[in-house]
Amino acid sequence: MKAIITVVGRDTVGIIAKTSAVLASRGVNILDITQSVLGDVFAMVMFVDIAGCTIPFTDLVDEMDALGQEIGVKIHTMHEDIFNSMHRI
Amino acid sequence: MLNTGDILETIQMIEREHLDIRTITMGISLFDCAADTMEGLTTRIYDKITRTAEHLVRTGEDIEKEYGIPIINKRISVTPIALVAASCRADDYTPVARALDRAASEVGVNYIGGFTALVHKGFTKADRILLDSIPSALSQTERVCSSVNVATTKTGINMDAIAQLGKIIKQCAYLTRDDNSVACSKLVVFANAVEDNPFMAGAFLGAGEPESVINVGVSGPGVVRAALAGLGDCDLTTVAETVKRTAFKITRVGQLVATEASKRLGVPFGIVDLSLAPTPAVGDSVAHILEEMGLEHCGGAGTTAALALLNDAVKKGGVMASSHVGGLSGAFIPVSEDAGMIDAARDGYLTLEKLEAMTAVCSVGLDMIAIPGDTSADVISAIIADEISIGVVNTKTTAVRIIPAFGKKVGDEVNYGGLFGSAPVMPVNTSSPARFIARGGRIPAPIQSLKN
Repeated sequence: MKAIITVVGRDTVGIIAKTSAVLASRGVNILDITQSVLGDVFAMVMFVDIAGCTIPFTDLVDEMDALGQEIGVKIHTMHEDIFNSMHRI
Repeated sequence: MLNTGDILETIQMIEREHLDIRTITMGISLFDCAADTMEGLTTRIYDKITRTAEHLVRTGEDIEKEYGIPIINKRISVTPIALVAASCRADDYTPVARALDRAASEVGVNYIGGFTALVHKGFTKADRILLDSIPSALSQTERVCSSVNVATTKTGINMDAIAQLGKIIKQCAYLTRDDNSVACSKLVVFANAVEDNPFMAGAFLGAGEPESVINVGVSGPGVVRAALAGLGDCDLTTVAETVKRTAFKITRVGQLVATEASKRLGVPFGIVDLSLAPTPAVGDSVAHILEEMGLEHCGGAGTTAALALLNDAVKKGGVMASSHVGGLSGAFIPVSEDAGMIDAARDGYLTLEKLEAMTAVCSVGLDMIAIPGDTSADVISAIIADEISIGVVNTKTTAVRIIPAFGKKVGDEVNYGGLFGSAPVMPVNTSSPARFIARGGRIPAPIQSLKN
C-alpha cells in the first residue's frame, strides 16, 4: 500500500530530516519527494510505500501528526487512493 | 504519479472548505425480527441491530483516519417498523422505539431511522398504531427518527394521513416543549419516499432492499462555493461546468469510502447519495453558493433559477463518479442547518412561500423550518399537502420537516446546536384551510402516473 505525506508550514531547519527519520524508524520507504520553499512557506509532498511499516497505518498517521505539531508544521498522512479517486478517471 | 497541485487541492478541500462524508448509513432489514409479543419483538430487534452494526462506527473511524477524510456521522436505517411490528399483539409501538434507541446507543450511532409507516394508499392496522405512537416514541427517545410516506405519484395523496399528521406534529412539539419542540426535527412526512436514503431524519430501509447494505451521503457545499468564488464574472454555462467538475470530485471520494466500508464490513454497497448537505458551519452553506452565483440574498428573485442550475449540475457531475447513485441526490435546503439560509430567513428575504417554490427544483422539501407554536394543526396539514403535491405532480421526492415551536412566535429563535443549528421562527399564512383538510379521502394519482 502506498500513501501520500504532505508537509506544509513555516520553513525551519531539519523538517525533511525529522520527517524522514520517523518514517525510517517505522520501516516506511520513501519513493519520491517534491519540495519547495515559497517565501518562508515550506511545502513538501512525499510518496511512500508502507508495505513494510512496522506499526498500524492509523498509528503512523497519529505519529506524523504529532511530529508536525512538535516542529510547527501541518503533516497529513493519507492513503493514496483518495487522491487517485478524486483526480483520475 | 499524482501532481502536487492535485494533492494540495484535495487537502485544501478537506482543511478549509469542509469537504467531508456526511454519513455512512448501514441499512439493516428487520423482517426476520417479527414476533407475536412485544418482548420477543424488541429483543430480536435489539439483538439484530447490535450484532449487525457492531463494527460500523469503528470501521468508519478507521477509514476516516487512513484516508484523511472526515466522516461526520455513522447511522443506521431499518425496515419500516409498521411492517415489522404488524404481527405483534400490541396497541402501542413506543417500546420498539425505545429498543431502537438502546441499540443505537450501544453501537454508538447518533441516529437510527425507520420508525416509519408507508400509508400512501391507506392504513393497515399496524400503520395506525405506529402513527398514534409517534409523539410518545419521539419524545421518549433521543436517537430514533420517524417518517411517514403519505403519497406517491402512482397512488395519489392520502389526505386522511396528512390531516392526522398535522395533529401529530403539534403533539410532538408539545411533548418536547421544554426542549425546543425537538421531537418535530426527527419526523419527516414524505411524498415518493426513497428506499435507500442515507440521510436523517428520513432514512429507512425499503422492502426491496437486501439483508443489510451500506449507503453513503457526501457533502461539500463549501467546496462548490470556493470553486465558484475562483471563477470571477463568467457566464452561467461556465458556472454549471464548474459545479459539475467539483461534484464529480466530491462524489468520487464518496464512492471510495462506500466501497471501502462495504468491503471491510462485509456488507454490500448500495448507493452514493449525491446531495449537497449544508451544515451551520460558516463556509458550508448552500445559500452561500446561490449568493456566490450573484444573488444579493438567498430567497430573492433568481433564487429558484440558481438552485435549479446547481441541483442539475451536481447530479450531472456526480452520476459518472459513482457506480450506483441513489437516495435523495440533490441540494438540501434545511433552513436551520445552513448559515446562509438562517441569515436570509432572519432578515426576511427567505419566506416559506419561496422555500416551497425552491423545493420544486431540488431535493427535498420544507426542511427544518420553525413556525409559530400557535399555528393550527389544519394549517400544518395544509402546508404538508401543498408540499406533497409538488412531489406527486413532478414525480420527485418532497418532504416536510416543520417545527411549530411551542410557545414561540415570529422573531424568536429555536436553537438546537450541533448539526441541527438554529432556526428563526418564520411567519405562516394563517388563512384557514380547515374545511379542505376535514374532507379527508385521497387525492387521485395525477395523469402522468399512467405510463404503462
